[in-house]
Amino acid sequence: MKLSVSITVNGRAYDREIEPRLLLVHFLRDSLALTGTKIGCDTSQCGACVVLLDGVAVKSCTCLAAQADGSQVTTIEGVAPDGQLNAIQEAFWTKHGLQCGFCTPGMIFATQALLSGNSNPSPEQIRHALEGNLCRCTGYQNIVRSVQAAAAAGGR
Amino acid sequence: MATTIAKPARIFGSAIRRREDPRLLTGTAKYTADITLPGQLHAAILRSPHGHARIRKIDTSAAKAAPGVVAAFTGADTEGVLQSIPCAWLVPNSDLKVSPYPAMAKSVVRYVGDAVAVVVAESAQQAYDAVDLVDVDYEPLPVTIDPEKAVKPGAPQLHMEAPNNIAFKWTVAGGDVEAAFKNAEVVVRDRIVQQRLIPTAMETRGALAHYIPATGELTLWNTTQNPHIVRFIMSLVSGIPEDRLRVIAPEVGGGFGSKIAQIQGDFITVFCSMKLGRPVKWIESRSENYQSTTHGRDHVQDVELAATKDGRILGLRCTVWAGMGAYLSTAAPGIPTILHGLMLSGPYKIPAVKEDVYGVYTNTTPVEAYRGAGRPEATFMLERIIDRLAGEIGIDPVEVRRRNLIPPFDNGFDVITGLKYDSGNYQGALDKALGHAGYEKLREEQAAARKKGRYLGIGVSVYVEICGLGPSQVAGAVGFQGGLWESAIIRFHPSGKAQVFIGASPHGQGEETTFAQIVADELGVSVNDVKVVHGDTDITPMGWGTYGSRTTAVSGAALAMATRKIKEKAKLLTSHLLEAAVEDIDFANGKFFVRGFPDRHKTIQDIALMANVAWNMPQGMEPGLEATTFYDPPNFVFPFGAHLAVVEVDPETGHVELKRYVAVDDCGPQINPMIVEGQVHGGVVQGIGQALWEQAVYNDNGQLLTGSLADYAIPRADVLPDIEVLHTVTPSPHHPLGVKGIGEAGTIASTCTVYNAVLDALEPFKVQSILMPLTPERVWQAIAGQKGA
Repeated sequence: MKLSVSITVNGRAYDREIEPRLLLVHFLRDSLALTGTKIGCDTSQCGACVVLLDGVAVKSCTCLAAQADGSQVTTIEGVAPDGQLNAIQEAFWTKHGLQCGFCTPGMIFATQALLSGNSNPSPEQIRHALEGNLCRCTGYQNIVRSVQAAAAAGGR
Repeated sequence: MATTIAKPARIFGSAIRRREDPRLLTGTAKYTADITLPGQLHAAILRSPHGHARIRKIDTSAAKAAPGVVAAFTGADTEGVLQSIPCAWLVPNSDLKVSPYPAMAKSVVRYVGDAVAVVVAESAQQAYDAVDLVDVDYEPLPVTIDPEKAVKPGAPQLHMEAPNNIAFKWTVAGGDVEAAFKNAEVVVRDRIVQQRLIPTAMETRGALAHYIPATGELTLWNTTQNPHIVRFIMSLVSGIPEDRLRVIAPEVGGGFGSKIAQIQGDFITVFCSMKLGRPVKWIESRSENYQSTTHGRDHVQDVELAATKDGRILGLRCTVWAGMGAYLSTAAPGIPTILHGLMLSGPYKIPAVKEDVYGVYTNTTPVEAYRGAGRPEATFMLERIIDRLAGEIGIDPVEVRRRNLIPPFDNGFDVITGLKYDSGNYQGALDKALGHAGYEKLREEQAAARKKGRYLGIGVSVYVEICGLGPSQVAGAVGFQGGLWESAIIRFHPSGKAQVFIGASPHGQGEETTFAQIVADELGVSVNDVKVVHGDTDITPMGWGTYGSRTTAVSGAALAMATRKIKEKAKLLTSHLLEAAVEDIDFANGKFFVRGFPDRHKTIQDIALMANVAWNMPQGMEPGLEATTFYDPPNFVFPFGAHLAVVEVDPETGHVELKRYVAVDDCGPQINPMIVEGQVHGGVVQGIGQALWEQAVYNDNGQLLTGSLADYAIPRADVLPDIEVLHTVTPSPHHPLGVKGIGEAGTIASTCTVYNAVLDALEPFKVQSILMPLTPERVWQAIAGQKGA
């Protein structure tokens, strides 16, 4: 059985026939070749696959593509399509908030979700907000600094 | 008023932003899983659910009939095609027993996760659906998982080549250890368990293999730390000649040692592509990664220290049972021996040491390097037993360390295990850590807190590590089946832009930036005009890879030497073009000029153009501006430092709060302090993870109970304080830039620092030892046990 879905990703509408069990993350990566969204686990712990679904940060491995029918999705490819980094990306660059880069797309969306509700979070609030996004390289310290810098620059 | 001319900031030592970041920040970087080839198939590997079992029968017929399935293979199909997976560190004088390690099990499975069959299908989903249809009839066999128990009589046997499961026994000794213990006024003993860990790079392992039958050529995209070693080993196992084998390490999402070894999935993927003549991709799930990619640590250590009553160390003696897992992984035997035993005396003057190391086969995932690899296990043992000594003789643990540290030296110090440390100032690092932390005041706070029923703990450790692996002659002498040199090419294009090609393979450490800084600093070009290329064996020169904190130390040295060759050629060409004697040509800020006549000059860009067009070259000079260097270091480098942690333990719950962490590290001159600091943060946090949260747990049947990120606790953002990072700078005397390495330092120091802090907090309860990780339950049980005693 196939399902018809219409999902708008990074401003462009895609009409596709999909398997009902298809996860949103696989739809993005395999059906649309938007590989910036990463898969780091199979138990929804790591947060590497976080995207914006109708403006809300979600782990795209916990969501069926069918559930996104009619929705707007933003992936990392949609953040700076012309190469002009946004304030959050700039802050991660300036504060060395990434090393291998694998967790970074998810971190950027988790940051965006935090800053959209709290434009001036404390380090404790930042650490709490990022507990669902795992990074094995940075020890998180420079990610916290990145989020602070992004907040100071008005990023959201 | 005097005019001050601003001195241009030196690019070496500048905390510039990383050049690799824009592609990572925008999702345009391509990791192995992100690459898709036309006609690509997907492989799913069936893994043993048993820790130890005989395979009676495998039936793949239902899998083969499933939708989308192209083929299914078992170990029998690999017969005559794939050789056994080799072990590449054959430690001498250890009676090493290398048992055959098949890419897919043929008759016996020896750990949960051992590869049994593979299904190849048009889509990954179809492959995973079909692999469940493979029917295997197993006859379960008895299982042994603990390296100490596995050597005892009557334990289940893994390999007939290795009686009592002993893969090797290795001994290091120096000085008269028997006399040291005979003359000791104090002997302290401890049993330390370095629990098994799972490296958990955020990107799991994977491979994409494309074999072309008509030409016999294979291209392999592989998540690896060492593509040239992959090419070498893959060639040996698959029979594809090295010249027809191209290995590409695309973007690689962290390694920490877990992407050094060649694992079963890599060979299986290549095998499938060879059989089918189509591209085949295999990407581990996280659960598969936890079973099938290598683990780290897994030592049981019995250690004893002989000393005088005033805290002078006389000797150290220990026995180590090091779990190797079911097979010997690529570098595994070298880790608890060469990288561990030779560092036994650490930063201290210890006149006598002896260690016996048993490498033991168990029914577990093979063990490999994990960040620090042998050195954390040595540092922990030493730093823990020194704290025990301090407690025994009633002298402050810092003072005991002071009384035994090697005094500062800048050009070689021979230690009892036979190594020659390059340079060190251990006392200096310790003083800086103590001064910054306010050690005396912390002790006062601790005493005051105890009176109020609060339990603060202060832990200190001093470490020295062996890295920058290493001279190839030494590599050969200690059984490493390869070299340990590196090479670099610098190529100037006519427009004056340069590309650098290195054989090492960074995967998050930032060498695309720091190596551009080396070139910019040496040759006066903009850092933005230097592109560093790595990770493709068809393009880059031979190199042995990125591990053991060796890339900046060895590959960086090769690059520095190459810049100097460029400078020499540029001087010759300048002297020819300006009709001046070569002895009169000076170089500064990117310009070659006639001494005393700075206006008579050629820029490096001028020279790049003139050398490339070659209209007017001196007699006998080759066109082009390019240099290649092969660099084999004369010795290892030995970074060091001192760390301090402050914790508070809640005796009611056993909860440990890490309140402060101070790291003083000395990796010599820093090329990019921002990147160095990032390496320290990440390393320290991984070591803290071992102390407080992480452990790979097997049950007695050999089931991995911590089989996913839901069960294995890597550090999260909300459980950590900021790390206070400081440095001292002691150049290496033998490195052309004086630099050492920093990748593993934090991990080597932090586990024991935090552990010592927790045990210091529990001093009023007389708790001497708790198994790691120091979870609330274990801490609480330890306190309760002492209260009841």
